Amino acid sequence: MSGGETDWKRAKTGFAALLGPPLGWFLLFFAVPMAVVWAYSFGTNVGISDIEISGTFANYARALEPLYLGIMGKSLAFAALATLICLIVGFPVALAISFAPPNLKTWLLIGVMLPFWTNLLIRTYALIALLRDEGLINSGLELAFGWAGFERLSLMNNNFAVMVGLVYVHLPFTVLPLYAALDRLDRSLLEASFDLGAGHLRTIWNIVLPLAGPGIISAVLLTFIPVLGSYLQPDLLGGPDSQMIANVIERQFKRANDWPFGAALAFMLMYLTLFGIALQSLLKRRERPE
Amino acid sequence: MTAFENGSGSDGGSGSGSSGARSPLRLSRRSLVSAMGVAAVGFSLQACGGGKGGDGDKLNFYTWDTYIGETTLADFNKASGVKVQTSYFSTNDELFAKLKAGNPGYDVIVPSNEFVTRMRQADMLMPLDLAQIPNLKNIAPEFLGQDYDPAPKHSVPYTWLVTGIGYRKSRVNGTPDSWKWLYDSDLYKGRIALLSEAADLIRLGAKYLGKSLNGIDAATIKQVEEMLIRQKPNIKTFHEDNGQDLLLAGDVDLVMEFNGDIAQIAAEDPDIGFVVPKEGSLLNADTLAIPKGAPRPELAHKFINFLLDAEAGKHIAETILYPTPNSAAKALMPESYRENPIIFPSGTGMDNSEWGKFEGPEQQRLFEEAITRVRA
Repeated sequence: MSGGETDWKRAKTGFAALLGPPLGWFLLFFAVPMAVVWAYSFGTNVGISDIEISGTFANYARALEPLYLGIMGKSLAFAALATLICLIVGFPVALAISFAPPNLKTWLLIGVMLPFWTNLLIRTYALIALLRDEGLINSGLELAFGWAGFERLSLMNNNFAVMVGLVYVHLPFTVLPLYAALDRLDRSLLEASFDLGAGHLRTIWNIVLPLAGPGIISAVLLTFIPVLGSYLQPDLLGGPDSQMIANVIERQFKRANDWPFGAALAFMLMYLTLFGIALQSLLKRRERPE
Repeated sequence: MTAFENGSGSDGGSGSGSSGARSPLRLSRRSLVSAMGVAAVGFSLQACGGGKGGDGDKLNFYTWDTYIGETTLADFNKASGVKVQTSYFSTNDELFAKLKAGNPGYDVIVPSNEFVTRMRQADMLMPLDLAQIPNLKNIAPEFLGQDYDPAPKHSVPYTWLVTGIGYRKSRVNGTPDSWKWLYDSDLYKGRIALLSEAADLIRLGAKYLGKSLNGIDAATIKQVEEMLIRQKPNIKTFHEDNGQDLLLAGDVDLVMEFNGDIAQIAAEDPDIGFVVPKEGSLLNADTLAIPKGAPRPELAHKFINFLLDAEAGKHIAETILYPTPNSAAKALMPESYRENPIIFPSGTGMDNSEWGKFEGPEQQRLFEEAITRVRA
């Protein structure tokens, strides 16, 4: 120890001292509550306020009914579409930021993260102010085209509004990992591509995209998973048929007071998410065979 | 699941932010706190639970947001020297969940009537010593001894409310005095909003079909569900108890909402009306109760007695504009409140209205499943 040159991997006490507190924190406040909810998913309601962990699979059987599978499918489709839009919009933004001059870059990145400084709920209400029937967009258009018999657009309380909300809120989750991947790109490869006569689009397609692959996969996961679990946007912006699976889960825990079933639904989502992450690491391993 | 959980611990007060071209954003007592996240509740109690000393000079009050007179708590402080610390919940479910695992230190709570039943069944309420609440005499007799607490032993009524249809007068034909216009007609296609609460939707649908809203059988639930699925293309949205906001902003012209919420916007916009549909509706009361394990039951009684005082009740009604069951307080209010047809509706609809009963978790599950199918 005196030399201070021991390999940190071999300094067991120091390692344990460093790892201990975060590991304890993780177990106590993440693993344990998750385990409790997981146990609930095999439980039965007894009376008004008690849950008995009876080991039943009835909650999962119910979660697999066509009604809930249908809602799950719809949520997956919503999440896929929102992720795709985020990618299409986010990629050029990330590319532009990574090629911007250094001091502008900082400002652009702050710009991307700026919305996080405002509570999600406030941002969603701002969208309502924009989209509603007598909101800013409709009033603005009416002012401009009112003379031509402008009819108000129906922008709120439908699936379109939900999609706008989902994309708006999750776009930074796409842009940041994409930027991280693109920023690390070896510029000399791009120069080589141009030197060898490839155009801009071709360079992006053949050089940038493959190199940014892992970044794109991270961006997809970081966007897709939170979108899948969104409940605020369908609640506030949606119409009569905009409910997503998270809304159903929320109601089980609140109004329906059916925690076991809500836990089962939530864990269906969890299994799906874990499956997605496992798939990603599998792809990653195949990409970089050691 | 989303950043929503991180809602800042604001204690509300009045609606924040702004939305809509026509009006500032309004959030009712039932929606504001849910909007700001439950975090608020935890924080304020934590903040005051710390010092054990000085027992007897403060009281923990767990209630709905914007549901008390502006000066009421200060007045109580002046009269008794007791400082009331307020925390807010946004739904009865939240209140129930919070107390389910044991009372974390609340002295007085404000559950709605059906939850009084539920909490009595779960043995979560302390029996009241009515001798310590002489002001109970101020409460009109028709609000005492209802089924949810027949004695009354565990609760005293604080406000009552009735669900009805809020509407924009200039945009509807006559008075929309039937649930038909919300449940079973395309006349106002795309201009109606219904509450998202499953039990309300099924029960009021049953009322429209001429049935009682208590003891609804499976066939009736199915019938209402099918009616709502047919009606879905005409419904703009199922709102989270912010119907008055949608109505005031012009997003919809008819909305299922509580009378107190509509009374608040009708005070700003004379084009707003409210009617209890002729088929009848659902009556609710919010009550004052003391949860089991309350640290200061004696002060809690004192506080409840103070809230039922005529003068205090008047201040509360002036602020929240909900109908009061306190006839002594009502007598002190101006005619604009006493004779307000929104706050105190009358007629066939009211005569046909019923108190809702808590009918157990199984019934709630059936309601919930039906509405999930409607919205799938």
